[in-house]
Amino acid sequence: MQLISLSVVDLGLASVAVFALAATLLAMRLELAGTLVIAALRTAIQLALVGLILEAVFAQRSLVWVSLMALVMLLLAGREASARQRRRFTGGYGFLAGTAAMFLSSFVTTVATLVIVIRVQPWYTPQYAIPLLGMLLGNTMTGIALALDRLTGEVWRDTAVIETRLALGATATQAVASIRRDAMRAGLVPMLNAMAAAGIISLPGMMTGQILAGSAPWEAVKYQILIMFLIAAGTGFGTLLAVTLGTRRLFDNRDRLRLDRLRAPR
Amino acid sequence: MARFTTTSLAVDSIGPVDISLHGGECLGLGGPSGAGKTRLLRAMADLDAHDGQCRLDGQAAAAIAAPVWRSRVMYLAAEPAWWADTPGEHLPAQHALVADWLDALRLDAGLLDQPIGQTSSGQRQRLALLRMLCLEPIVLLLDEPTANLDADNSRAVEQLIRDYCNERGACAVWVSHDIAQLARVADYRLALSATGQVNPWS
Repeated sequence: MQLISLSVVDLGLASVAVFALAATLLAMRLELAGTLVIAALRTAIQLALVGLILEAVFAQRSLVWVSLMALVMLLLAGREASARQRRRFTGGYGFLAGTAAMFLSSFVTTVATLVIVIRVQPWYTPQYAIPLLGMLLGNTMTGIALALDRLTGEVWRDTAVIETRLALGATATQAVASIRRDAMRAGLVPMLNAMAAAGIISLPGMMTGQILAGSAPWEAVKYQILIMFLIAAGTGFGTLLAVTLGTRRLFDNRDRLRLDRLRAPR
Repeated sequence: MARFTTTSLAVDSIGPVDISLHGGECLGLGGPSGAGKTRLLRAMADLDAHDGQCRLDGQAAAAIAAPVWRSRVMYLAAEPAWWADTPGEHLPAQHALVADWLDALRLDAGLLDQPIGQTSSGQRQRLALLRMLCLEPIVLLLDEPTANLDADNSRAVEQLIRDYCNERGACAVWVSHDIAQLARVADYRLALSATGQVNPWS
């Protein structure tokens, strides 16, 4: 099979549908027309920029450039994860904890996969490394953001229960056990749902892309299964680490609840 | 016989307070609202950062893990929280004295299986005391333990706490606005001024 290259005119044709939707929204006074057009423009501009960068990085095939790109992706993901918190930690701790958790889980998973499973030479070949890392970071970021948001929100709401349990001699870990469970669940449910629905309700994006690009379906399926497993492990360990770090931060070494380490909601 | 002492205990501008209690004794702590009585009790339980030291039988709070300290020196908030559905689920599975204590608190045993939401504030206050006693603390830090109770039930609570302390050599720090109550239950009395200074009872 041959990849059918898309021209700018082809994309312009597809954009007609978006503009038609915007015009309809405008006519019906549903308010989202402007937001839709801006979002569509952002998609086009951001992806075009990334495309240029990827072309350059792919052409270079150098570890330095791949690492630099990975670092930028990590920092942006860390910023996004902490920006999604309603009650953020003071002193940038949420950013640090989220970024550290994402770094450990996503980078370890990506590198291990490149070296042990795919065995591509050299291991940092950007065609493999960047998309893998991107998918892992994106999913882990969502998991961590949801889990930390649930953790801080529930600790704030259940302050009286936590304080009562501490007063009765519970350790910090015991006092927040059920909240930790809830936070982990909040972080992992999107990934679990995606795994359960894969192939039945939706064809996953990466697999669809590979098939469109000319891969045999069976090859695309194998890669999709691989990436699902990696996302499960990466998101799970990343979320676990972030929740653990977040929980530790909410208590001090005398097992006292430290709500002063949270900022008021925005 | 337990011995509970505080040395220069202070939280922010509240205190310092130096007390020494032997087993069976009760210290009454009075003073206007907002003077910092609750904060002193919480500091004794090491629930908040504080200056000075608390010791139980010569052992400083800082020398042992905080949860262990708090399981011995236990703080009972004026309105403690509940997390399970019924009061009974908050109690240890089989405590030999629950029936006696329910009796002393004039509570019906059936109450333990009722949803928390269906209990009255007075019932919850006594159930919270019961929950605390089941953990067998050595020092009881009581924050207005009869605030939601009528006179008869208040007397029942006073009697039970005095009996518990006497029988086990435990001691209590009892915060109350009720001067007459502190005169009944406390062996020593201190008053906290509106600005947080500790004065002998006048």
